[in-house]
Amino acid sequence: MDPKTKIESRHLDFYYGHKQALKDINIIAPANKVTALIGPSGCGKSTFIRTLNRMNDVIPGARVDGEILLDGVSIYSPKIDVVELRTKVGMVFQKPNPFPKTIFDNIAYGLRIGGMKHRKKIAEVVEKSLRKAALWEEVKDRMRENAFALSGGQQQRLCIARSLAVDPEVMLFDEPCSAIDPIATAKIEDLIQKMKQNYTVVIVTHNMQQAARVSDYTAFLMLGELIEYGDTPQIFTNPKNKLTEDYITGRFG
Amino acid sequence: MKKRIIEFIGFFSLRVCVYLVFAVLLLFLYDIGSKGGGTISWKFLSEAPRRGMTEGGIFPAIMGTFFVTIVTALLAIPMGMFAAIYLNEYAKQSGLTRLIRLSIRNLSGVPSIVYGLFGVILFVNFLHFGTSILSAGLTLGLMTLPWTITASEEALKAIPNSYREGALALGATKWQAIRTNVLPYAMPSMLTGTILGLARAAGETAPIMFTGAAFYLPVLPKSLSDQFMALPYHLYVMATQHHAISQVRPIAYGTALVLLALILLMNLVVIILRYRMRRVKRE
Repeated sequence: MDPKTKIESRHLDFYYGHKQALKDINIIAPANKVTALIGPSGCGKSTFIRTLNRMNDVIPGARVDGEILLDGVSIYSPKIDVVELRTKVGMVFQKPNPFPKTIFDNIAYGLRIGGMKHRKKIAEVVEKSLRKAALWEEVKDRMRENAFALSGGQQQRLCIARSLAVDPEVMLFDEPCSAIDPIATAKIEDLIQKMKQNYTVVIVTHNMQQAARVSDYTAFLMLGELIEYGDTPQIFTNPKNKLTEDYITGRFG
Repeated sequence: MKKRIIEFIGFFSLRVCVYLVFAVLLLFLYDIGSKGGGTISWKFLSEAPRRGMTEGGIFPAIMGTFFVTIVTALLAIPMGMFAAIYLNEYAKQSGLTRLIRLSIRNLSGVPSIVYGLFGVILFVNFLHFGTSILSAGLTLGLMTLPWTITASEEALKAIPNSYREGALALGATKWQAIRTNVLPYAMPSMLTGTILGLARAAGETAPIMFTGAAFYLPVLPKSLSDQFMALPYHLYVMATQHHAISQVRPIAYGTALVLLALILLMNLVVIILRYRMRRVKRE
């Protein structure tokens, strides 16, 4: 029954300067499953997901203790090339962040900086990625338009397609639906469900219904600590910890 | 009712201030335009001064200012931009960077005559560049740098962090992210600040009068180590140093008008750049 582990955090501590934001986090994200991180604002869930592709490296004063293993290899080891890591572990941010380029150039961005020159090949990957993100039909005649012309939901799917274009193994979603409307949200949730066939997905959400709908495993964090981690149905129907129960029943948060 | 009166007085004073500034500018332009306009002719623009600068044109001064501004630009544009990129993108935000930034801000307040003296010591004497276009251009370049750096840094700061993060998350190196996803969008505004700085430098007298500008030199400079005539210095000479000041007054006004036109032209470039930048953003 136990699926293969894709990402694992072991005794992970994280500090912003002197402030400790994560305390001894142990979470497993199994391959081809969706793992959700929930918890009240400021609980560290975004901090945690950003340690998985080392996006926190750029924050001054940030420090990590413990380990994150990707396929059993520590990603904070000096041998790891962080640029290569980020092509393996893609990320979609809270606010859609298309670049002020054409739709086509947005998707091609990762390919081009990765050194791909072949025009036809790039065009192929762009189309494939847009199809995977369920955006192709809506934009296939507008490839030369600026990406800012798209709606918020479309922009977010564009960002998903952009990440998929560099062919990652893991997709991280940091509250991907917090800035878009319910219909667009439904489309993205649908997409995340489908994506787990080919990718390992980790999603941060402040929306508990969303976690219940899309994820297989759920981790509940509070004040930088992991309160409970388990199968999503178990967490939502039969939480073991009183804090988890209080949170999912809406008594706080 | 009382509130309305207060509001009326408030708005009225604000409006008067604006009109006053505008009126001064108009008066200023009118004065220079009316007194200098008559002097302007093709001959005035294309001939060298003659007869102890009582006749002839200001061609060497126009070209001198042009050449020296190029030297200034070659120093101030790349160095200013690179310094700004380093300060904003790479440098750790520590006490030292804050000190450096503060020093740069303060340098922009140093009087230009002080830069002139510094240029004499550093370029003319210590580096043996002599009184030359090179020395004068580099001195003006140093004077422009604080402006260029500050303007460029502000331009970089205005680029949303999500452009950088988005690129990094796709496997870009830091330099790739900056080069492809930050600089292209910051460039118009970086250039704006830089050109404004250059325009100011082109109109300066004090930094060049000891470092390379010539009182009277009716031929064009042949190399970087030659002295040169420059519009602002020529104006200064014609207005205060000439032996027949009242006789050459029209030439002085003509020179002022040409200098003014040159600065306005550079500002026009800035306006066009700004306009294009806004259009790109709106798309």
